[in-house]
Amino acid sequence: MTNHPEFMDHPGNAALLTGQHGEYLLPSQNPVQLITPEGAIRHRGDGHSAGNFKDSYPMPSAETLRRGYAGLVLGRRINEQAGALVRQGRMAVYPSSLGQEACQVAAWMVLESSDWLFASYRDTVAIMGRGVSAAEAFESLRGDWHSGFNPYDYNTALPTTPLATQLLHAVGVAHAAKLRGEDTVVLAMCGDGATSEGDFHEALNFAAVFHVPAVFLIQNNQYAISVPLIHQNVAPSLAHKAIGYGMPGERVDGNDLAALLTVLGTAVDRARKGGGPALIEAHTYRMEAHTNADDSTRYRSAEEVAQWVPKDPLKRLRKYLSDAGELGSEHEETFTVAADGVAKQLRDGLNAPSSPDPLDMFRFVYSEPTPQLRKQSRQLAAELAAVAVASATTAAGGHGTEARS
Amino acid sequence: MTAVPALAPVEISGRQELTFAKALNLAMADAMAEDPTVLVFGEDVGTLGGVFRITDGLKKRFGEERCFDTPLAESGIVGMATGMAINGMRPVVEMQFDAFAYPAFEQIASHVAKMGNRTRGRVRLPLVIRIPYAGGIGGVEHHCDSSEGYYVQTPGLTVLTPSTISDAYILLRDAIASPDPVVFMEPKKLYFSKGSVDVDDLRARYASAAGTGGALASQSTIGQAAVIRAGTDATLIAYGPSVAPALAAAETAAAEGRSLQVIDVRSLVPYDEATIDAAVRATGRAVVIAEAPGFASMAAEIAAGIQERCFHSLAAPVLRVTGFDVPYPAPKLEHYYLPGVDRILDAVDQLQWEHS
Repeated sequence: MTNHPEFMDHPGNAALLTGQHGEYLLPSQNPVQLITPEGAIRHRGDGHSAGNFKDSYPMPSAETLRRGYAGLVLGRRINEQAGALVRQGRMAVYPSSLGQEACQVAAWMVLESSDWLFASYRDTVAIMGRGVSAAEAFESLRGDWHSGFNPYDYNTALPTTPLATQLLHAVGVAHAAKLRGEDTVVLAMCGDGATSEGDFHEALNFAAVFHVPAVFLIQNNQYAISVPLIHQNVAPSLAHKAIGYGMPGERVDGNDLAALLTVLGTAVDRARKGGGPALIEAHTYRMEAHTNADDSTRYRSAEEVAQWVPKDPLKRLRKYLSDAGELGSEHEETFTVAADGVAKQLRDGLNAPSSPDPLDMFRFVYSEPTPQLRKQSRQLAAELAAVAVASATTAAGGHGTEARS
Repeated sequence: MTAVPALAPVEISGRQELTFAKALNLAMADAMAEDPTVLVFGEDVGTLGGVFRITDGLKKRFGEERCFDTPLAESGIVGMATGMAINGMRPVVEMQFDAFAYPAFEQIASHVAKMGNRTRGRVRLPLVIRIPYAGGIGGVEHHCDSSEGYYVQTPGLTVLTPSTISDAYILLRDAIASPDPVVFMEPKKLYFSKGSVDVDDLRARYASAAGTGGALASQSTIGQAAVIRAGTDATLIAYGPSVAPALAAAETAAAEGRSLQVIDVRSLVPYDEATIDAAVRATGRAVVIAEAPGFASMAAEIAAGIQERCFHSLAAPVLRVTGFDVPYPAPKLEHYYLPGVDRILDAVDQLQWEHS
């Protein structure tokens, strides 16, 4: 592609920057933005909208954006509701994507149901966008089990806690689909901190070498818990890493859903048509602490956080759609009611009494429990039975400890 | 490494003199021929056929979509295999050497081992991680580790290690057929050992399960130890590279009038305590032999379990003959380190025969 002629004019640069398939691999100078924080259209020629896959990225239709806005309203509600439940002590921990909802929504909107999503622990909103119910999405956070949904029901992997490991699984799923001749695309998400992990490098390299239909989305929210990006990375941008693997990279305003949809959508289409992987870096901001267990005042100022408030993805799209006459109060009401409904499901799910079966610990380790696991399961069952007898005896006025004999 | 013989990718049948390496090769070829989802990949496994030639001819026969070289990155290999197993494939990946598998350990311990459990059995990973392991070949540093302890201590993994030519074939077929992830540990010093086996007999095990890529579950060797030498005075329990010195020790002891039974554990996880406990109860004496450092090891687990369950049948404490608790030594020192016939017989001599 030749959308950066001034760069390509330098001898040697064209060869350096052109991948195996003749594409320009470097990201644009500034993150792609279609709608400004003030809700206005960012016009081409002002240094923002130029991209690499195309000379310019088209604005999604109003209908698509309205659907996306509904997703933002829902995502914001999920984040706020989950945060409240943590503060009330009904949930141990919640890694919030508050302020990053545009990335979360774009991730599910650009995929077909037959595609796959591999997400990280901060991506509950994206996972719910794939159809996972509140109860299923939050089961692991409730502490009942390490997962709550069947990945095959939604072509959505369970979120992983080790960083960047899921990117390799995404490459494998994409490679298997490619070998079978399916047109599946796999979207793999990670954060800025995860780009320092070895598996990030191995995943991008494998994806490029095997030319698989995978798109990598980095949500650069500026912090890896407390460590700012400058201590993780001194490359010009995270998207610039793509050229090191021979795939195109692109930077996008991560709080601009319109830009995200068109940039990610372009990468997904390209992958689906056999164009291979791409790396997208979305610039956003983690408005809350890493989790409720974190104290972000120790490493960033209130002034810094305040700078991101006007860049909010939800307010921006609302302003754009309202000004365009595409968002009325009836839409707002419908979206809010829907979001309230999901928030209620979330509350109900966490408030519902739960008593995970301790013997489940032994049931799934192998397809068939080993003799050792069967024995251990019987041991725990006997202990549970003894406790039950003891409490029954105590309740009847006897001596509970006799049950141990 | 330069003298590794090439294995011709020819169809073979009937009674054959096979190397351990060829038996492994044949197991993969037969599994790939039966099941198009079986894929082989790793470092140098394609055109070269692997540094030990275990995958020789597979790329040529099945094409580079079924057998291919990967970038040199073990976490990448196992991580990608995990994804492919999620999406309907049965990957068989090769780690080039024991110590070179360590970069993959996070993927193995955090994902491969846990996937079935964390998904309540909804996502099973039918993948095999082949690891050439242990010493006795004069190998340089990082090429001779007995790393099985890391895997047997990780719930969710099946850990197999063959010691005979026929088991090389059978255990690998069973590993590939398993719905669960298998760490398949190949004693590299056995790669070019030879034995006569009937290939048709080996294949017949799997004929009744044609189309499923493996043996019927009831025939699987997973979780099955093998009594490979009968004996009445004491039981030697060994696996992988330590089976040969155990058999040699039993042969020497027989000449001295002592009858030693030898058990090949084969399946480290699941562990066949039924067979092993019954054997030890019959002889009343046991020595566990393994090449890995003995501290907190598979050998330690075997010995502890026998003492817990068979205490009243024992005439003497269960002893261990293992590698020393040191990093695997340099080639000129390895024979001091490896459990050999003399050290095994010394241990047998200490089994309190005065009380018998």
